[in-house]
Amino acid sequence: MPVKTIRQALHEALAQEMRRDPRVVVIGEDVSGGAGTQGGRDAAGGVLGVTKGLITEFGEARVIDTPITESAIMGAAAGAAVTGLRPVAELMFSDFLGVCFDQIFNQAAKFRYMFGGKARTPLVIRTMVGAGRSAAAQHSQSPYHIFTSVPGLKVVVPSNAYDAKGLLIQAIRDDDPVVFCEHKLMYDLRTEVPDEAYTIPFGEANVVRDGDDVTIVALARMVHYAGEAAETLAAEGIECEIIDPRTTSPLDEDTILDSVARTGRLVVVDEATPRCGMATDIAALVADKAFAALRAPVRRVTAPHTPVPFAPSLEKLYIPDPERIAAAVREVHGYAR
Amino acid sequence: MSTAVTAITMPKWGLTMTEGKVVRWLKPEGESFVQGEELLEIETSKITNVVEADTDGTLHRIVAPEGTTLPIGALLAVLARKDAAAAEIDEFVAGFVVVESQDGAAEVVETAAPRMLDVGGRRLRYLELGAGAGVPVLLVHGFGADLNSWMFTQPAVSEGRRTIALDLPGHGGSTKDVGTGDAGTFVAVVENALDALGVERVHLVGHSMGGAIAAMVAVQKPEQVASLTLIATAGLGPEINAAFIEGFVRASRRRDAVEVLNLLVHDPALVSRTMVEDVLRYKRIDGVTTALDAIAHTWFAGGRQAYDVLAGVTGLAAPVQVIWGRNDRIVPVAHAEALASRVPVHIVDAAGHLPHMEKAGDVNRLIKGFIES
Repeated sequence: MPVKTIRQALHEALAQEMRRDPRVVVIGEDVSGGAGTQGGRDAAGGVLGVTKGLITEFGEARVIDTPITESAIMGAAAGAAVTGLRPVAELMFSDFLGVCFDQIFNQAAKFRYMFGGKARTPLVIRTMVGAGRSAAAQHSQSPYHIFTSVPGLKVVVPSNAYDAKGLLIQAIRDDDPVVFCEHKLMYDLRTEVPDEAYTIPFGEANVVRDGDDVTIVALARMVHYAGEAAETLAAEGIECEIIDPRTTSPLDEDTILDSVARTGRLVVVDEATPRCGMATDIAALVADKAFAALRAPVRRVTAPHTPVPFAPSLEKLYIPDPERIAAAVREVHGYAR
Repeated sequence: MSTAVTAITMPKWGLTMTEGKVVRWLKPEGESFVQGEELLEIETSKITNVVEADTDGTLHRIVAPEGTTLPIGALLAVLARKDAAAAEIDEFVAGFVVVESQDGAAEVVETAAPRMLDVGGRRLRYLELGAGAGVPVLLVHGFGADLNSWMFTQPAVSEGRRTIALDLPGHGGSTKDVGTGDAGTFVAVVENALDALGVERVHLVGHSMGGAIAAMVAVQKPEQVASLTLIATAGLGPEINAAFIEGFVRASRRRDAVEVLNLLVHDPALVSRTMVEDVLRYKRIDGVTTALDAIAHTWFAGGRQAYDVLAGVTGLAAPVQVIWGRNDRIVPVAHAEALASRVPVHIVDAAGHLPHMEKAGDVNRLIKGFIES
């Protein structure tokens, strides 16, 4: 099977869905890019090249470059969705959500409910998350927990190219607004990806690794760090089960609870901030629904409750790493009442 | 007993296997064994299986201790005469070469990469192994499966002959369009594939739905078919587990898939997490559910088998054998037992609907013995 990067997988998902369904349109800042420059139209294809080539194949009516105004992008996309198109709108950096949050939080997310179930809003918002490029506090955040806290939004946080393609196609075919979070350090990550179109259902976690000693729930880039930690720990005789929820809303509670019922020990890893975050949410879920199964306190490995530092040395300390994950696992594994 | 010094190497089971882990040795060093005895257990990311002895011999030296993970083709143990000198064994081990590629995986001499074939407007994926003067073997998988279901069978029967495992339309890496899903479509595809591959005479081996298809091919082209091996085949009676068919078509989540796949086997340990994931990955592809629905509706509507190949099978001039798992929960073993007075029937103990995977050694010996006789 062909091996593709996350960038290629996302591009393929967009192109295949645009070929299949003429209602699918792409809208955002520089999604084609280059108009008026020496490179010409389509010179950029998105800041990270995901949408490159789409305007050449599908034309200006379906690949729409916008001015730098997130509120207009999201407003236009939400309106287009509720009136019959299936827009894929790009919020270049998720850090910019504040500019357009009314369109997402109070409009797109609420249409179905406010119109008595008669309106559908098949809107996808693609957005970048993640620290690690020294892009400083306003371009490095991972606020998927903010979207997750909004009823009416679905939230996808893929960790590999196979999942990215299947989840993006599912998002485009879904009749509700979906926020699709792409980690900016992971676009070149490769795995086997079928050429055909396929969908991965929302709310179905991926069990990345089997183990009976400790459950690790991790998202996006942290899935890979958890995997590195699990390798180290396996050599010490500690077998970790790694669960990648893939979507934070809906959240596959059963897979997490079933695993904790077996291991009795949980470490949740998230590179976002801890207060009201996914790690805290999942810890609360397990405390609420699987308390009797727990044999040790739940440990969260997250960023601190601070902005993301610009200084590379500090940013490195800010992001959870395999060593911190392994230390947390050792702690819960060795815990005795 | 072999007089030469020979090696047991890490086998390659299935398209994606690159390495395997030695779980445990079932024979101690220095012990002799006869053909068919279980030597060791190997675990891959997909499956755990035992390696059986090809011939009689002595397990002279274990090179790969339990718990080690090695690339395919790596040396696991040395077989030799009981009285072989230690120096001779040392020399063999030292001289054993596994070509390492840059990523550390061993290069297999015969790269087992599937290929594509265009037949009647459909693209078919197939895997070819082996070469030689022997009459070729065609392996036809069952409903919802693909050529990987022959991962233990194909390498074993490919000595001295071509073997071809095909993905039927709607399955594996082949075109997902199956039309109405009727048997005639599949029979035509198999016949055209044989022509396209230049196979004039063939031993047909079919499992479940693939067995019924193979039987129909044999009836239509008797001059082309050297023998027919039917494993837990469809088409010998009306009964079929409707809950399995329906459950398999519907399952989109891991939990449902595990429940349904467990019906296939006697030992649920065979159904690994990655095997479940592979099935789900296949089922998620556009067009697969439509294809499976069409096939289920045409072949198994109302929980009864629509096709009957019994008269055709018993009327064939070519030799026919039937292999079945004693504990089959998909197609009842009674279908085989009813045939026992007319064709050779082999009931394999402690196996469900996948005896060629659960009891690969037994089934491989039955197939090899049959096609070599």
